[in-house]
Amino acid sequence: MIAGDRKPVLEVRGLTTRFRTDRGIVTAVDDVNFDVYPGETIGIVGESGCGKTVTSKTIMRLLPEQNSIIDPSSQILFGGTNLATASESQMRRVRGDKIAMIFQEPMTSLNPVFTVGWQLDEALRYHTKLSKKQRLERSIEMLRLVEIPNPEQRVKEYPHQLSGGMRQRVMIAIALCCEPDILIADEPTTALDVTIQAQILALMDDLRKKLNTAILLITHDLGVVATVCDRIIVMYAGRVIEQAPVRDLFKRPQHPYTKALLESIPKAGNKEHGKRLPTIKGIVPSLFELPAGCRFQDRCEFKQQRCIDEEPRLEPKAQGDHPVRCHFPLNQDVDLTVSQSSP
Amino acid sequence: MWSYVVRRLLYNIPVYLGIILLVMASLRVNDPVTAFLGKNATEESYLAIQQNFGLDRPFIVQYFDRVWNIVTFDFSATSWEQKRPIGELVADAVPATAMITVPALVITAGISILIGLVCSFFRGRWIDKTLMLLAVLGMSISFLVYIIVGQYFFGYQFGGDGGILPFDIEGYDVRLSKLSFWLGSPFEAIGTWMRFCGLPVLISVIVAMGYDTRFYRAVMVEETGRDYITTARAKGATSTKIMFVHMLKNAMIPIITRVMISLPFLIVGSILLEVFFSIPGMGRTLIGAINAKDFPVVEYMSALFAAVVILTVILTDVLYAVVDPRVRLS
Repeated sequence: MIAGDRKPVLEVRGLTTRFRTDRGIVTAVDDVNFDVYPGETIGIVGESGCGKTVTSKTIMRLLPEQNSIIDPSSQILFGGTNLATASESQMRRVRGDKIAMIFQEPMTSLNPVFTVGWQLDEALRYHTKLSKKQRLERSIEMLRLVEIPNPEQRVKEYPHQLSGGMRQRVMIAIALCCEPDILIADEPTTALDVTIQAQILALMDDLRKKLNTAILLITHDLGVVATVCDRIIVMYAGRVIEQAPVRDLFKRPQHPYTKALLESIPKAGNKEHGKRLPTIKGIVPSLFELPAGCRFQDRCEFKQQRCIDEEPRLEPKAQGDHPVRCHFPLNQDVDLTVSQSSP
Repeated sequence: MWSYVVRRLLYNIPVYLGIILLVMASLRVNDPVTAFLGKNATEESYLAIQQNFGLDRPFIVQYFDRVWNIVTFDFSATSWEQKRPIGELVADAVPATAMITVPALVITAGISILIGLVCSFFRGRWIDKTLMLLAVLGMSISFLVYIIVGQYFFGYQFGGDGGILPFDIEGYDVRLSKLSFWLGSPFEAIGTWMRFCGLPVLISVIVAMGYDTRFYRAVMVEETGRDYITTARAKGATSTKIMFVHMLKNAMIPIITRVMISLPFLIVGSILLEVFFSIPGMGRTLIGAINAKDFPVVEYMSALFAAVVILTVILTDVLYAVVDPRVRLS
């Protein structure tokens, strides 16, 4: 999927985001690097609080300016502009037009007092020169594209008249109406029930192919990334700890954390049916009390002295390997029949 | 919607009848005629006053008579003190009150909502902190201080004849209550309005603003944290669009609730302001009537205020449905 000669549409270099809190400054995202190529789907995976949402909101510059600091050395290169230092008016032209975003909670992400049509129209109004009539046609076309039945009627309805799955479809329609280069989907299916999840993911994947939009899929659900992603970035406590094509990662996870994450997914046809799922012991360290060495050390079963003393760098350990942030990466294939069958 | 309004009005008829019953019964606990005339009244004048308002009849007859008067908008009963029909009294007083209350309400709501929006948008920054400090300061000072200080400085020291401010200490020009004056010479009307009503309006705006800005700020702060606000930003909306379109429309329910609560006061008026500034409005008329034991005026005005409150509540519910599609009137 990653053609070598294609240019990435988004390059994230050394992305570091800090927050001012009552207890001092805390680094929520620490030196994150990745590229997004046109039309590919990248999954950012990790537990709550690992920095995946902050990463996406930093790219969109949606964090509140009063208490968030994007480190000046951070680079978010998009279409020749560094979004990390772009002005608010530059960002406004990017948001919704070049990079669009959908959110976790379809129930509350649409404005309850405006019609679906109005909210679709809004994005088109900001970013296109279409006439009112053309915008309405485009809105209806978008609703049809996200497979909402009877779109001519639906544009006149309010969000409360739609179900959760329908609302997320509307969100996707809004996000894609200006044909953005990148769609950031922040846990888009978490709040939906499982059958609707599968439908929404299939829809996103379908639209990605049709519109050649790259998708940055943020989720804690490895089952979700397995079905739709090309590459996966695993984050832990603000750091990228492993980055690999999806098959590699599922077949041969190198970081103990990734492996533990994979093992805690329920598997279809598991022989040990009825047993408890393995869990990862301990909790994510508080960002205020990060250990000096490896951030996963307290929960790692392979911890050694070096892990305490020195933080590992994100790099491939051998020729042909994918980058991993571990001194002692696992190096065997894992029997994970996780398959493409979930979510 | 209209069927809803009609239904609500019908539901409120027994409520209103009950209010009238209570008002009439409680006003008759002590003999109103004795209260008005004093103990040394002659038999002759006592009977004349009693018959004038029909107080010699059985209570139940008086009650139905009063209800009938209200239903048919017959306010021809005369005031004991002023010897004028009550309808005329009210018709004279309401415009004077409205001259103060309507501009005060509109200005207060407008400015407070604006400040609330600005403060919520710059939450935690110096502009927010300064404005909120001023709001608390403004609320902490008594209404009377504003009136006395305002009259002394704005009306007396710097206002009045030859002063740099256009305000007078007190008084009212009855021409202001007439539409023909406003249509005939609008500039003179505005000048006259400024002279007599400007200062009371200014004071009531200042007094109300402290409470209102804090309330609207709280409403708007809640709005800024909503998911759909993030969605709007992610769509590329400007801050102005977010504040004045997305947030404001969603905040309409608390705004309407707040504004409508003060709506009856548009008619009742502020007793303090009207007394201190000698505005011949409803508040002063009512206080005057109570002091003079002018029984018919008190009774009719109580009935009038009750009706205004009930109508306001119904209007509020209708407005909810107008601004919020999720509210269904049924």
